[in-house]
Amino acid sequence: MNTPPNLILLFVILFNFFILGTSRLATCIRSVALQGALLSLLPLFLHTSTFHTYLLAGGAFILKGLLMPWLLFRAIRQVRIRREVEPRIGYIPTLLLGALTTAGAFIFGDRLPLLPAHLHSLFIPAALATLAAGFLMLITRRKAITQVLGYLMFENGIFIFGTLLAEAMPFMVEMGVLLDMLVAIFVMGIVMNHINREFSTLNTEQLSLLRE
Amino acid sequence: MLLYAAIFLPFAAALIAVLLPSDRLRPWLIPVTALIHFSLVLQLTATPTASAGSLIGLDALGRFILFVVSLLYAACSFYALGYFRCHADWENRIFITALLTFPGAMTIAAAAQHLGLLWVAVEATTLLSAPMIYYNRNRFSIEATWKYLLLCSVGIALAMLGILFVGYAGLHGGGEQELLLDRMLASAPLYSKPWLRAGFVFLLVGFGTKMGLAPLHTWKPDAYGEAPGLVGGLLAGGLTSVAFLAILRSVQIMIAAGEQALVRQMLLALGVLSLVFAAIFVIRQRDIKRMLAYSSVEHMGILVIGVAVGGVATYGAMFHVLNNALTKGVLFMTAGNIHRYYGSKRMCETQGALTVLPYSASLFLAGFLAITGSPPFAPFMSEFTILRGMFAGGHLALSAVFIGLLVVIFIGMGGTVLPVAMGPHMEEAEEATDYRETPLTVASPLLLLAAVLCLGIYLPEPLRLMFTEAAKLVEVAP
Amino acid sequence: MFIRLLLHLLLLAGLSPLLIGVITRTKAIIAGRRGAPLWQPYRDLGKLFRKDMVLSSTTTWVFRAGPVVGIAVPLMAALLIPFGAIGAPFSFSGDLVLFVYLFGLARFFTVLAALDTGSSFEGMGAAREATFSCLAEPTLFVAFIVLARISGSFTLDTMFGTLLANNLQTVYGVSLVLTAICLFIIMLAENCRIPFDDPNTHLELTMIHEVMVLDHSGPDFGLILYGAAMKLMVMGTLVVNFVMPPATGHLLLDAGLYVAALLALAAGIGLVESGMARLRLIKVPQLLIGTSLLSFFALVLLLR
Repeated sequence: MNTPPNLILLFVILFNFFILGTSRLATCIRSVALQGALLSLLPLFLHTSTFHTYLLAGGAFILKGLLMPWLLFRAIRQVRIRREVEPRIGYIPTLLLGALTTAGAFIFGDRLPLLPAHLHSLFIPAALATLAAGFLMLITRRKAITQVLGYLMFENGIFIFGTLLAEAMPFMVEMGVLLDMLVAIFVMGIVMNHINREFSTLNTEQLSLLRE
Repeated sequence: MLLYAAIFLPFAAALIAVLLPSDRLRPWLIPVTALIHFSLVLQLTATPTASAGSLIGLDALGRFILFVVSLLYAACSFYALGYFRCHADWENRIFITALLTFPGAMTIAAAAQHLGLLWVAVEATTLLSAPMIYYNRNRFSIEATWKYLLLCSVGIALAMLGILFVGYAGLHGGGEQELLLDRMLASAPLYSKPWLRAGFVFLLVGFGTKMGLAPLHTWKPDAYGEAPGLVGGLLAGGLTSVAFLAILRSVQIMIAAGEQALVRQMLLALGVLSLVFAAIFVIRQRDIKRMLAYSSVEHMGILVIGVAVGGVATYGAMFHVLNNALTKGVLFMTAGNIHRYYGSKRMCETQGALTVLPYSASLFLAGFLAITGSPPFAPFMSEFTILRGMFAGGHLALSAVFIGLLVVIFIGMGGTVLPVAMGPHMEEAEEATDYRETPLTVASPLLLLAAVLCLGIYLPEPLRLMFTEAAKLVEVAP
Repeated sequence: MFIRLLLHLLLLAGLSPLLIGVITRTKAIIAGRRGAPLWQPYRDLGKLFRKDMVLSSTTTWVFRAGPVVGIAVPLMAALLIPFGAIGAPFSFSGDLVLFVYLFGLARFFTVLAALDTGSSFEGMGAAREATFSCLAEPTLFVAFIVLARISGSFTLDTMFGTLLANNLQTVYGVSLVLTAICLFIIMLAENCRIPFDDPNTHLELTMIHEVMVLDHSGPDFGLILYGAAMKLMVMGTLVVNFVMPPATGHLLLDAGLYVAALLALAAGIGLVESGMARLRLIKVPQLLIGTSLLSFFALVLLLR
């Protein structure tokens, strides 16, 4: 329980709550980046120190911890959007939902049989809880940029689980995962710019022209 | 070697497209690439290659999907020429680059023997199709692009999680710790069942989003509705087939692990739900492209139902992949023509297309008959085969529901298509655009429809063999 | 037994104003001032007790009962908890419920006293106090459940006993740290410290606790201030006990360690108050609910 990976994962879960509860966009971006940076330490503790491990950790750190926040901050600056998160449902209901899903993640995580090496670790619950928090972020926030943040949290959750398997997966796939994510964020960033140009806002509630 | 050529050719063509300065010359790259690609694929399908232990290789399933995608792409490529001639003054560098890379990504997906590589390729197709959907550059298309990008990215992320779960199931079972398909199939019986089941659900939800199975289809009407007709056809015929392939890969693993029951339940549930959603939304649908999108949801439902039923229905589903791809190509391209002529895709503003666009409108009408499963066309044969599989398996209630929903969808689509094609022509719409049908914009759908008709009357032996072999791999034993 | 009772009451009565003094002094030093001497709260209390009292003609006995209950409750509650290594004089299974509801009683009377004045202004403060304490209570209970689960006992004496610090090193460490953080935040909230309420403010729209006691004067107000200081000490003890070492066997040494830890906590509160601004009123429930989620999370971690 007190091993470094578990402590990291604990902080990751606490960050989930913090991100769901905070109202300032910049804080949100920083927290997601910090969460990603924390996660990039995981492979170092989990695997033997090979070149592969360092590459994974370094790549994750640069992408999740440095590049993403830089891109997102740049997007904020360019489109001059309001600094508030603008939730669709309030912060407290989101927090409560987050707590429920986290509890659910713990229950579900306990039902799955684990390898002896991973018993009593927080990997599965943390991964599922972060996924759920990302999902909540996607659903309950209005701005395009917060939806991107939700997607990033989603990816963070997957990364947690992926580190368990990092040694079982060949190189190119991991790099593909990280790279795909980078490109996805990049494309989303471009689309956000266009949304802003068309609607002069990044509020996705404006995106309701297409409906039955 | 041929396979690598088929993969790298589109990327090389895309590179040329980026470097080429002329907006007028660039479209010519598309048919050239498409034809070379198709001829390579034909050779590949003729000479089966073993692919044990490597990342890339074509098994029966991959070969079959690659054939479908390449055929559709080749047929659409001429239409693309006509399309860019209509928009001669539009910047098309990004669009054509994406369009050229598209078959490359799909080829990788079809040839991937590694779940991770498959995932990367499918994700790449998502990202590549985003700029294509946004080609019209207006409020509607940006909205459609955003929804498409976000939903599919989340879906594909879930699929990633599913792959990791399956990988962990393998780790747990003490089997090979790799995601190579043939090794997974060999060691699947040892996999940890709870992880495998959870992984399959995530894979199904993830790739199901990409494929557009209800209730994960919500991006489809928007994206298909706002994308150019050409792109709509490629997405509805090509991309969905690739996503279907990804689902079939997970089905393969589940079958190898002896988990047929869950596969069948999940696929059946999603399939019937897709039919129901399509039936509800296709009735009184005023927008022809959105109607086609719901029709696409319907056919995705038919495909997974076919796989779920098993037996001869699996063969029917394989056959239907090809039919759906070709017919959707016809429908989207002709719908694109009608859309361009009237400057609208609302049913009330596009009536009487037969008098002004005789070829497109009659092809549209014939395509409608084909896709709803009217007799001389190939979809009738494949849907009938699936139905036969249901009867053989004793699923009488299911087949009753299936037929009932198909009838509802036929009526619903007819209510939209018939006025568009045969309704009274409105004079004031005439001067809206100066679009005239050209051989290029009509040849592609004509070719595809001819193929659909031929396949309905006579199925060549090599194709039949291809379907049978592919079906053998994903046969859910009844 | 009797000695411990005496020691508890003496420590509580003698030390609690000093904590307030330490907090104000820390804040003054951080702000670059010399600040009032540490025993200034004692002088203030003495001054108040020497004063006369003014009572509004609309008030009844309820108004006078508020301050009395306000000082009686911390005195009683203090007897249920151990002061560091000095065990609780009274202890029985389930006393944690009594502990929580004693403070509920005090709040009830404070609110009634505020309403008794008939001033809408004080009614507003009462409403806020009631709302926020509602939100704070679940955290306290969940934190107690966590500790009860770890210690396997329902008495506060065992739950907050000296084994607590030992458990920090074990599997329970994470839950314990989270619980300690929760209790610290609840302590700030219950005692109307920044970031929940500013004890120094007299701006109508932002006050919570201060507004309720505006009509009290003289000895009654002194009782309220004294009671508040004791409450701070009792709640602070809960936090301090997380790090207290086991009994040394020497009563005075134990008491000295406890006092030192408490003073350090007071200095810590001063630092927090210097470093933070008061939260906007609408943010307070959010923070409190976040805290209860945190305690809930600690429980989940423990139960798995």
